Amino acid sequence: MQQPRDAFIANLGRIYGTYTGGFIGFVIFLAILEWLGVPDRIIGYLFVFLTLAVYAGIGIISRTTQISEYYVAGRRVPAVYNGMATAADWMSAASFIGMAGSLYLLGYDGLAFVLGWTGGYVLVATLIAPYLRKFGAYTVPDFLAARYGGNFARLIGVVILFTCSLVYLMGQLKGTGVIASRLLDIPVNYGIFVGLVGILVCSMLGGMRAVTWTQVAQYIVLIIAYLIPVIILSAQKTGVPIPQIMYGQVLQQITELEQQYGIAKPHVQPWVNYDVINFFALILCLMVGTASLPHVIMRFFTTPSVREARTSVGWALFFIFLLYFTAPAYAAFAKLEIFQNVIGKSVETLEAVRELPQWIFLYGKIGLVKICGTAAADPQTVFDACQKAGVSTLAFDPAVFSINRDVVVISMPEVAGLPYVIAGLVAAGGLAAALSTADGLLLAMANALSHDIYYKMIDPTASTARRLVVARVLLFVVAALAAYLTITAPAHILKYVAWAFSLAAAGLFPALVLGVLWKNANTTGAIVGMLGGYGLTLFYIIMTNTGAMEPWFGIRNISAAIFGMPVAFILTIVVSKMTAPPPREIQEFVEQLRIPRGPVLMEEARREG
Amino acid sequence: MVSPTRMEEYWRKTRNLLITTLILWFIFGYVVHAFAPVLNEITFLGFPLGFYMAAQGSLIAFVLIIFWYAHRQNQIDQEFDVAEE
Repeated sequence: MQQPRDAFIANLGRIYGTYTGGFIGFVIFLAILEWLGVPDRIIGYLFVFLTLAVYAGIGIISRTTQISEYYVAGRRVPAVYNGMATAADWMSAASFIGMAGSLYLLGYDGLAFVLGWTGGYVLVATLIAPYLRKFGAYTVPDFLAARYGGNFARLIGVVILFTCSLVYLMGQLKGTGVIASRLLDIPVNYGIFVGLVGILVCSMLGGMRAVTWTQVAQYIVLIIAYLIPVIILSAQKTGVPIPQIMYGQVLQQITELEQQYGIAKPHVQPWVNYDVINFFALILCLMVGTASLPHVIMRFFTTPSVREARTSVGWALFFIFLLYFTAPAYAAFAKLEIFQNVIGKSVETLEAVRELPQWIFLYGKIGLVKICGTAAADPQTVFDACQKAGVSTLAFDPAVFSINRDVVVISMPEVAGLPYVIAGLVAAGGLAAALSTADGLLLAMANALSHDIYYKMIDPTASTARRLVVARVLLFVVAALAAYLTITAPAHILKYVAWAFSLAAAGLFPALVLGVLWKNANTTGAIVGMLGGYGLTLFYIIMTNTGAMEPWFGIRNISAAIFGMPVAFILTIVVSKMTAPPPREIQEFVEQLRIPRGPVLMEEARREG
Repeated sequence: MVSPTRMEEYWRKTRNLLITTLILWFIFGYVVHAFAPVLNEITFLGFPLGFYMAAQGSLIAFVLIIFWYAHRQNQIDQEFDVAEE
């Protein structure tokens, strides 16, 4: 904005270029160490601690004592870099490690996740990002409060934000713990603690500013780590190092083998795992949920202008696309490997079992590969289990051979016969994906408490210094709470992360969109709409999950917003029409919101620049 | 600054662009995939086309749609002189 473009912003290209070169050099250095005979465990430690040290270093360098730096990185993040930061913020441990596995298991139907998690950005670009950037919000509830007259709308926003983000954050902490525990050979709960320290050092001193520049660094690590193994594998299997194009051939081979084995659910055939209605309902809920999740929306508060907020969404989706259009290639290569080297193989003798690919036993040891219903820890175990089950040949049937979805990505280096350093690289990428998302979620929640609850509702006279202290203390408290819950909560709670999308879609999307598009949306309408949509979605999820109610029209509760969102829209519109239209100031406020020119609208942000 | 009629005209154009963009979004997000079984009969770059569209084609379309939208909206902003300096 008015501030001069400082040396740091002007030199971003050179800084991150050097950083990328440095990271590649570091990986080569570790490869040389491995070649010289340094044990795998040391390489794992170097990967974790050096990448964590870099992220923490960026966090410390970016420390700040200014409110606008802490909450919105001073609004100086150029579109391309904000795109990279958003991509890292967005792509979680589940995207990095789990998605390719889901595609392996679900085939075509799994592409609902790919479509849902990318198409949502069109909604962000057209309906959300430019207007909230113009408003100048520090948090999403800020906008709700300004548009819908006061702290009650703000409070509902905070509650929805919290419920969407907390389980999501727990998922990231768990992911961090699992990866750190594998690399460092320590219990998962200690791994969670290692990740937590990394997250706090990154975000506490510099808030959004530190998280932004760390996320850019994390994006670079995660995209390199994701692409390299599958590029090498593609070169090995097809002769061309472009997996995203070459897996077309692999799909053809898969289809032929499927016919040969008589497999009932072909990989490329639509709607064999989900029915048509659930497939499209899931896409819609994930898209709208993407456009409503506060930790994503708040990234677009940091660009220098409304115009850059719009292009920044394009860049964000481009950087996300690089990973998402590669994920189905991982799935296809994994499936081909399994069809060629596992399915149809004999397990009648111990010698035959020993002939199976070694990665099976490597990941069988940690319970991720099961053969004949037992973890495939070693050939003897597999042989005994299959004898007992009366299985002589491995079939493509979960009862005979099944893998955990994480295996598809993490086993790729072993499947391709690559050195350990590549496995370490993949783990470092997964760690970067989990940490960057955790940073964003933690900041979204802590900011809602420190800015919306403490400053706006409890003590509006608090000094800048005091607000920053409170913000940091609350950040620590939320992080500690999330870590405590992650360690104590039952493991299956993490599958509920997917519900966050439906809750956000039904709770926040209608109020945000109507707030911009329809001047007559008023306070009562928005509050009734938010509570109604969110309430119905929560009700549907709880009732169908506990089995107290049959799903309506067979819609799975992952797509619960398919009912909640229209209800929220209808309630907001009908109630707004039945009650008095919003005052003249609010209508003028909406008009100002719609044009890019002019200062930000939020009073406080205007004062602090 | 901007007169109310100009403002209305600006918002009308902005809204039309918004509607066009959302129609494109709907086509690539939903309509194309409703024909997936038919499209799968066609081979494109070695892929069954229905699978390709869901795995790559629509994603590329989404990226292009956003950049196109940002470009068009910026033109409208300049036309009505409400763009940022």
